[in-house]
Amino acid sequence: MENSLLRYIWNHTRPQQVWVLFIVLLSMVPYFAAFDLPKQIINGPIQGQGFETPDTTASFMAFDFVMPLTDWHINFDGIPLDRMSMLMALSGVFLLLVVINGLFKFYINTYKGRLGERLLRRIRFELVDRVLRFPPSALKQLRGAEVSTMVKDEVEPFGGFTGDAFVQPAMLGGQAIAALFFIFLQNVWLGMIAGVMVAIQVGIIPKMRRRLIELGRQRQITARHLAGKVGEIVDGIDTIHAYDTSNYERADIAHRLGQIYRIRYDLYRWKFLVKFVNNFLSQLTPFLFYSIGGYFALRGSLDVGQLVAVINAYKDLPGPLKELIDWDQARQDVQVKYEQLLEQFDPGVLIEPALQVVTPVAPANPGGALSAQNVTIADGSGARVVENVTVRIDKGETVAIIDNSGSGAEALAEAFGRLVWPVSGRITLGDVDILELPESVTGRRISYVSADSYFFHGSVKENLLYGLKHAPTTTVSYSGRDAINRRWEMHEAQMAANPHLDLNADWIDRRSTSILRGFSDDLKQSMLRALDVVQLTPDVMELALHSFLEPEDNPGLAERIVQMRHALRQALQEEGLANIVAHFDPAAYNPEASVGENLMFAATRTSTFGNDDITESDYVFEVLKVAKLFDMLYGMGLTIAEDLVEIFADLPPEHPFYQQLERITAADIAFYQQILQRRQARAGQADTEEDRRAVVRLSLHYVEPRYRLGVLTQEIMDAVVSARDLFYLNLPAELRNRIERYDPHRYMAAATLRENVLFGKLSNRVADAPAKIRQVAGRLMHENGLFESFIALGLDFDVGNSGRRLTLAQRHKLSLARALVRRSDFYILNRALPGLDKRVQEEIVTSVIDFLREQDNDPSIVWVLSNTSLSRLFHRVVVFDRGSVVADGAFEALDKESDIYKSLVA
Amino acid sequence: MLLKDEVQLLRNVPCFSRVDPCKLKLIAFASARICYEPGDILFHQGDVADAAYVILRGNAGLFVGAGCGEIKIGDAGAGSILGEMCVLCDAPRAATVRATMPIEALRIGKECLLKVIADNPRMTSDISRSLAESLRDATALADRQPVRMPEPTH
Repeated sequence: MENSLLRYIWNHTRPQQVWVLFIVLLSMVPYFAAFDLPKQIINGPIQGQGFETPDTTASFMAFDFVMPLTDWHINFDGIPLDRMSMLMALSGVFLLLVVINGLFKFYINTYKGRLGERLLRRIRFELVDRVLRFPPSALKQLRGAEVSTMVKDEVEPFGGFTGDAFVQPAMLGGQAIAALFFIFLQNVWLGMIAGVMVAIQVGIIPKMRRRLIELGRQRQITARHLAGKVGEIVDGIDTIHAYDTSNYERADIAHRLGQIYRIRYDLYRWKFLVKFVNNFLSQLTPFLFYSIGGYFALRGSLDVGQLVAVINAYKDLPGPLKELIDWDQARQDVQVKYEQLLEQFDPGVLIEPALQVVTPVAPANPGGALSAQNVTIADGSGARVVENVTVRIDKGETVAIIDNSGSGAEALAEAFGRLVWPVSGRITLGDVDILELPESVTGRRISYVSADSYFFHGSVKENLLYGLKHAPTTTVSYSGRDAINRRWEMHEAQMAANPHLDLNADWIDRRSTSILRGFSDDLKQSMLRALDVVQLTPDVMELALHSFLEPEDNPGLAERIVQMRHALRQALQEEGLANIVAHFDPAAYNPEASVGENLMFAATRTSTFGNDDITESDYVFEVLKVAKLFDMLYGMGLTIAEDLVEIFADLPPEHPFYQQLERITAADIAFYQQILQRRQARAGQADTEEDRRAVVRLSLHYVEPRYRLGVLTQEIMDAVVSARDLFYLNLPAELRNRIERYDPHRYMAAATLRENVLFGKLSNRVADAPAKIRQVAGRLMHENGLFESFIALGLDFDVGNSGRRLTLAQRHKLSLARALVRRSDFYILNRALPGLDKRVQEEIVTSVIDFLREQDNDPSIVWVLSNTSLSRLFHRVVVFDRGSVVADGAFEALDKESDIYKSLVA
Repeated sequence: MLLKDEVQLLRNVPCFSRVDPCKLKLIAFASARICYEPGDILFHQGDVADAAYVILRGNAGLFVGAGCGEIKIGDAGAGSILGEMCVLCDAPRAATVRATMPIEALRIGKECLLKVIADNPRMTSDISRSLAESLRDATALADRQPVRMPEPTH
């Protein structure tokens, strides 16, 4: 990138700058013509100059123009018009000029705007492009939030400046020089005075502004650090909570804001000071004219007429001059910002663009081994973690790398993955250094996985297939409006030197999936197998079961799930397990659900505002009263209250038994105790409505098999069931979209997939009910061919910011699965499964090796193991000790001969 | 079976016999009532002991032994408490308990049981006594029977 922003703008927009300057000059013609016209209208038709007698005519638009240096005449005798017609004609011309001037202005501003926006787009793209080409060492220092504010906010002023970068100084400079020249014409001495004052102004003001620019630079840097800090707080919020350091962070932010405030306040003071000096200097010149010019005029050595003419001419000087100085200020400002950016975005070495060229078809496989030759690697501090290591990984090998001490194994794996660049020595694929190979070779032939792999915002599926999105593999053909739109997009992208690859095309490389048998479902099978191999399938299924499905989006699936619901019910009955689920039956009371749930008999959506419970809404109480249930539930509630008070009366509030009561706390027990006491004291008097509701609330949450108080009579159950219709009769609007009545023959959008399949409540009384139901439901799911549909639902789960909605173990597994979906020659797995227990680790390592060995391209696997005992699963073991290889050989050989290996594995 | 019936049954369990009825109601309330079909396992030998079970109705067999074959070491009927010792000493289950006929049991969570014992000093002495008795019996029978679970006393 060029060192100066002006040069950058000039290089990229030269023809456009010349064009806009030309148009601006052209626009001057009607502009100045419009200046003269009002005088003509007033003097001519209105005041009557040249129209002394009523029938005089004047010629309209008469001109006689002699081409300079030739004697060509262009002339027009004009149209003779009387006074009134002349007035109308001239006014018409005036209106025309107004329109023309307006159009010129419109065109020029749009043009400049477009110029600026294109440049902005170009520079933003260039910055991100550079980040994509940063060497790994430079990236370690980078703070994401800072880079994003640089790309987003700090380049913003460049766009505005671009349009004016050359036009403004050309125009204003011209005007100022013209005005100065005119003063000189009137009087050389006064012209000298004006010239000196201009020189002082042009000399001093930018100097004073230097401090402004310095402050501006500081403001920019502090603001950027603030953005970085805010990003850090969001990323590290868990750690902040865990260590109670929120106030430290608050203090940090407040301190930074204080700094920014101080800088900005300083900036204002200086800005207005400079303004004051500037205004003062431009007013000083007339003072000199008046006093010195007046002095000479009085002495008689200067003609008064000349003086007046000079003072008049001077009127036109300060305006352009001031704007010119402002332009210069803007120029310096953006230049400083630009230099700032250059500093941040110039790490010295960049990856060659040729290495990242778009390559839709994977290059022909040159084969060859992956080898490290005399490689030395330094860590962030410069300490050598790998020293002079030579290792060769041949095709089809399975190699375990383990560390005795130090972190040489990890560093070597990172170097294989191009995450670090060796200080000396080289890593070659075939015979070529991997740093000189295009990424379309290294990034496809080598799959690197580590525990801190990143996840992008999107669904599980998008992340799983991320490793296949190298280049668009199809072209989309657009028609009609879309085609025009697409052409426009491509044109604009070219104008700003952006690539115009189509994001709507299919980017998934279907020819490099791990399972490649030439069938159309290779991709799907690769995903399913990869999930299986890393034991993520149950997790994805769990995500699916918790997900919500809009039946309109997928009516076929919803229909089949409802069928499965019925099939499940039947299967449970056949296997004698009917008692483990209490199904939702529109005509029956569900004993495992609370009284309130039985009344509503619906799936409910949680409200977006707070978590107010529909069971306790006013409407429920109204319905209870109309259905004559209120008194029954009141009576029932009193018994519950008595029992609860008796059971819990003497317990301290933190007693673990309160956990048995889902909604009731120690404070509630005391509250019900008071209600009961008040009732006794009043003996027969009516209770307050509030108390009665509180008591009824107890009944609404009552579930007989859980509480076992024996207060729920058949009469109450029948009344509740028959009140269901009543509940739906006048359902208020705000509840209507949160409640979806249970219907055994319909998919419930308000309920999760699991609830839709089960369509009932699991019994509290049956031991291991969830396991039993899972077994039957799992079998039915496979029988009905729903497994893949369910997995697809689970894969649609949004992983959140950097995958945080998944657990850590899930993220590690997904990261491994992402590599297994794609076909590579070398799989470098760098402590890919930390934090899993040993048994699971062993299972996954075994199944990954088995899975990859099934591939017909015979890939090599290099696994840096934290669990050294797993090295027996590999053919070859490489043992690192303090950065050097101390043992390298077949597992059996090392197991017999190498002491260091034996001590590690033991 | 209602809460108050459970309380009646709990009173018949020796180590709860001297606990205040009101507290028994609390224990019953804090516990879960679970049904088992014949052949269902209440817990496996070696599992983490997270709860004690009081059999309200039915009968269960106690088994020890690994893979190759297991030996039945006893029976537990209505009113017996199972697994409380392992909860108290935080040890893995000493035996596998399997339902031999349909069982209704009260599952008393570990935390709940420990809390009740802590709140009732008299219960502690009862438990110590029953521990001592079973230890004495075990020592006496050590020659004839290698492992012995405390027989529920009625």
